[in-house]
Amino acid sequence: MQRPLEAIRREQGDFIGRGVVVPALSRTKRWPFVPSVKSGDRVSGGEVIGVVAETPRIEHRVLVPPGVSGKVAEIREGSFQVTETIAALDNGTALTLIQKWPVRTPRPFRERLSPTLPFITGQRIFDLLFPVAAGGTAIVPGGFGTGKTVIEQTLAKYAQADIIVYVGCGERGNEMTEVLADFPGLVDPSSGRPLMERTVLVINTSNMPVAAREASIYTGITIAEYYRDMGYRVALMADSTSRWAEALREISSRLEEMPGEEGYPTYLATRLANFYERGGRVACLGSGDRQGSITVVSAISPPGGDFSEPVTQCSMRVAGTLWALDSDLAHRRHFPAINWKRSYSLYMASLEDYYRRMVAPDWADLRKEMMALLQQEEDLQEIVQLVGVDALQDPQRVTLELGRIFRDDFLRQHAFSEVDAACPLDKQYWMLKVIFAYQSLCRDLLKKGRAVEEIFSLPFREELGRMKEIPVLGFTDRAKELMARMDKEREREVE
Amino acid sequence: MDLLTREYGALHSISGPLLFVQGVRKVSIGEMVAILLPDGKERRGQVIEISERHAVIQVLETTAGLSTTGTRLRFSESVARMGLSPELLGRRFNGAGEPIDGLPEIIPERWVGIIGSPINPVARDKPAHFIQTGLSTIDGLNTLVRGQKLPIFSGSGLPAKEIAAQILRQAKVVGEATEFAIVFAAMGITFREAAFFLDEFEKSGVSEHTVVFLNLADDPTIERLLTPRFALTAAEYLAFTHNRHVLVILTDMTNYCEALREIATAREEIPGRRGYPGYMYTDLATIYERAGRIKGRSGSVTQLPILTMPDDDITHPIPDLTGYITEGQIVLSRDLHRRGIYPPIDVLPSLSRLMNLGIGEGKSRADHRGAADQLYAFYAQGRDLRRLAAIVGEEGLTEPDKRLLKFAERFEQEFVNQGSEERSLEQTLILGWKLLGLLPKERLTRIKPEFIQTYYKG
Ligand SMILES: Nc1ncnc2c1ncn2[C@@H]1O[C@H](COP(=O)(O)OP(=O)(O)OP(=O)(O)O)[C@@H](O)[C@H]1O
Ligand SMILES: [Mg+2]
Repeated sequence: MQRPLEAIRREQGDFIGRGVVVPALSRTKRWPFVPSVKSGDRVSGGEVIGVVAETPRIEHRVLVPPGVSGKVAEIREGSFQVTETIAALDNGTALTLIQKWPVRTPRPFRERLSPTLPFITGQRIFDLLFPVAAGGTAIVPGGFGTGKTVIEQTLAKYAQADIIVYVGCGERGNEMTEVLADFPGLVDPSSGRPLMERTVLVINTSNMPVAAREASIYTGITIAEYYRDMGYRVALMADSTSRWAEALREISSRLEEMPGEEGYPTYLATRLANFYERGGRVACLGSGDRQGSITVVSAISPPGGDFSEPVTQCSMRVAGTLWALDSDLAHRRHFPAINWKRSYSLYMASLEDYYRRMVAPDWADLRKEMMALLQQEEDLQEIVQLVGVDALQDPQRVTLELGRIFRDDFLRQHAFSEVDAACPLDKQYWMLKVIFAYQSLCRDLLKKGRAVEEIFSLPFREELGRMKEIPVLGFTDRAKELMARMDKEREREVE
Repeated sequence: MDLLTREYGALHSISGPLLFVQGVRKVSIGEMVAILLPDGKERRGQVIEISERHAVIQVLETTAGLSTTGTRLRFSESVARMGLSPELLGRRFNGAGEPIDGLPEIIPERWVGIIGSPINPVARDKPAHFIQTGLSTIDGLNTLVRGQKLPIFSGSGLPAKEIAAQILRQAKVVGEATEFAIVFAAMGITFREAAFFLDEFEKSGVSEHTVVFLNLADDPTIERLLTPRFALTAAEYLAFTHNRHVLVILTDMTNYCEALREIATAREEIPGRRGYPGYMYTDLATIYERAGRIKGRSGSVTQLPILTMPDDDITHPIPDLTGYITEGQIVLSRDLHRRGIYPPIDVLPSLSRLMNLGIGEGKSRADHRGAADQLYAFYAQGRDLRRLAAIVGEEGLTEPDKRLLKFAERFEQEFVNQGSEERSLEQTLILGWKLLGLLPKERLTRIKPEFIQTYYKG
C-alpha cells in the first residue's frame, strides 16, 4: 500500500484516483554506498554491511536481511540504484539496498531489553508525572478536540529520538498538510538539521480507502522496526489507532464475520496487543552490541469520549503509560488537557534511577511532593464547594494557591509558544524548585504574622506565572536569582 | 444524466428503498440505473452494493407501486455525474441535481462524478486566511479560516440558521475585494426553513453568486445522500477550476445521517452505536474532507455544515463523529438562548483548530492569541465561581473571585451578546480588552507584557 504521494501527484494531479501504482522507492535514484565489511567476512541476518547517507542526519545502515547468512564473496563501493546488487554471498545470495518485508510479520531481534531509559518528551506533565520509557507504549485516549493530534505532533517535533514514524491513520487531510509544510522548516535542536530528515510519514486520511487504513499501521511499525534494527531510537506516532480498529471492523463486517463487542471482530484485542508488542527496546541481530528501540505513542478516539469502549480498554491492558485526556480541561483551554488523576505510568520505578543520575537526586521526591499537594488541593476544593473559601485556614489557603500554581503555571504548556513548546528536564527541575521555594516563603511569612492576601499580592506570584516563558538559556540563573529574592523577602521586617 | 446500454429483468426483491437484482454483470458501485415500469414510466436508482449473487440498487424516488414482475432495469455505465459550467451560479436544483427553477438544464463545460476523489495531502495548501464573520465569539475566539470545515452544533429551536445567514452576509477577508460564492445544500429541512435562506440570499443580493440544492423533508430520502455530494462537486468546480472562494452550507447533517441509518437498516446491516452504521465516520469524512485549498490554485472550499444535536447531546454519534472529522465546532447553548443572548454561542465547547493559522501579526493582530487565551481562562473560572456562588453566596467569595464572577457575566452580556450588530475584528478586540480590564493586570499571565503595556486599561 505504499504510494509515495509526490509521485502520485506528478502522475495524477491534485486528486487521488483509483488504481495508481507507483513504486514506493524511486527505482532510478542512485545512492552512494560505502561497505563496512569485506569479502571473506562472515555475515548473518541483521549484520551491517555498509552505509548510505540517506539524509545528512541519518546514516542508513544496510543490513543483511533476517534469515540470510554466509560469507561475503563480493562487495562493491559506489553509487547504486536500490535494486542493484551491492554484494554477493558465497552461497549465491545477492544483496541489494532495498529489502522487502511482509508488514504483518514482526521483524526479529536478538533479545528484549528492559526499559530503563526514559523517552524524553519536553512536556512537563509527561516527563515529570507520567513518563514513558524508550521502548515503552503510551496511549492517549480522548474525545474530539482534546489535543491528541497536537500531542503527537509536538512529540514528533521535540521528543528525543533518532527517527520518527508518524502514521496519520484515518484523520484529517489538512493536519497532514501541516506536518508536510512545517517539518521541513523546523530545526531539530539535537542535530541542527530540518526535522523532516528524521521523519517518515505514513498517510491515510479519513476519506481514503479503508483497506489501506487497516494496513497503514502495519506499514508504520514495520518501517519503525527496520530503523530499530539499524540501532536507532525510533518513536512511532499513531493517530489514531481507533480509526485502524474501525477499518478492521468494516472489513470484518464485509467478510460477514461474527461481530463481538460494539461490532468489532472478536480478535480485536489480540490484533491490538500484537501491534503494541512490536514496540520495545531490543538488542539487534548481527554482531556488535547495537541497541534499538521503538516507543509507541498511540492516540485513541473513543466514541463520545467514553473510555469504557473496547479499543481504549484493550489498549489499556497492554500500555505502560496512560495519558488520559479530559474534555473539561480542553474546554477551559488547559493544555495539554491531561487528567492527572486518571493518568498513570508503570515505568516510574524503573526510570527513577536515570532521573536521579541525570537530572537531580531529589527529582523523585519533588514529584511525590507535588502529587501530594495536588491531591490536597483537590480535597480542599471539595470543602470550598460546600462552604466557601472563608471556612479555610490560612495554611490551607496556601495549599490551594499552590495547587493552582502547579496546574496553571507548571503543568499547562502551550504547544504553540515559541519558548515553552518544549521544556528540557533541567528547566523543569528548576521550575519545580522555584515553586517549592515559594511555598516555604508563603508558609514562613504566615508564621511571621503576615496576611495571606498580602503574601499572594507580592510580585513573586506573577513571576511564577511567567516563568515558563523565560528562555531555556540562562534559566537556572534566573531561577536562583528569584529564589534569592524570596529569601530576602523572608528576612525583611515589616510592621 | 447520460445513457445507456444494458437491460436486465431479473428483479429479485424489494425492501424499503432498495431493489435486489440477480445475475447482473459488470456493474460498478455508484452506477446509475433507469428502472422501467411496465406502464412505461421510469424511475431512477443507483447501485450501492455488489456481491457474488446480486446487486443492490437504491431507488431515488419511492418504491411504492414497484413490483418484481414486469419491471426492467437499464444500466447506464456511468456513476452519478453532474454537468458543470460557470452558469451554475444563480441556479437552483433538487437533491438529484436537476434544475427546479424553471430554467433549462445548464450546458455543461464538463461532466464529473459526484463521489469525488480525495485531495492528495501533498497537493493541499495550508489554510491561512482569516475570514471575518463579524461575530466576536467566532472572530475573536474561534477564528474561521479559508479552506476550513467548521460546523455549527445546534439544538432544535436554537437559531442556527440565523447565525449561518448572518455569517454568509458578513463574511469577508479583510483587504480583499473578492466576493464569496455560496453553495447551499438543504437536506430534509422544511420548506419554511429553506425559504428563510432563499429570502436571505435575495435580500442580501447574493443570489447570483449562489448555487442552491434543495432536498426538502418531503423529497425522497435517498436523494438526501446525494445532495451534499452534488453541492460539493459544484463547490470544488467553482473553487479549483474557476478560482472562486466558496462557502458551503450543508443543512441539516442530522437529516443526512438519519437517511444513512434508514438505508443501512433496509440493507439489514449490523447497526453500530444507536443504530447508525459502523461506516458513518468514513461516509461523513468523504463529505467533510471535501474542503480546503490546493497548491497553485487560488480558490478554496470552506464548509459550514449545520447539525442538530438530538436532545442537545454532544456525545450523540452525529455530533460526535462530525467533531472527530471537522476542524472544530461552534456550539450553541440553550441556556444562553433562554437568557436572550444572541448569538447563543457557548465558547467553552466551541473550537477552531485552524485558528492559529489565521491569526497573529500580519494576519489579524499580534495580541490576538494571548487575549483570546486569557478571555477563555477568565470566563471558565468565572463560570465555575457562578456555581460556587449559587451554593455559598457571593459573600463567601474572595475579592479576586468576585471580580471573575462579574467578568463572566459581562463577557456573556457584552462580548457574546451582539444582536444583529456586525463587529470588525478590531472592535471585537477592543471589547475583549475592555473586559480584561475588569481584572488586575498582574493576573493576565497568558498575555505577553508588551501587549498588556499597549492595550490594557484597568
Ligand atoms: N498543548 C496544546 N497547546 C495549545 N493548544 C492545544 C494544545 N493541545 C490542543 N490544543 C488545542 O486544541 C485543539 C484540538 O486539538 P487536537 O486537534 O490535537 O485534538 P484531537 O484530540 O486530535 O481531536 P480529534 O480526535 O478530533 O482529532 C487544537 O487545535 C489546539 O487549538
Ligand atoms: Mg486529532
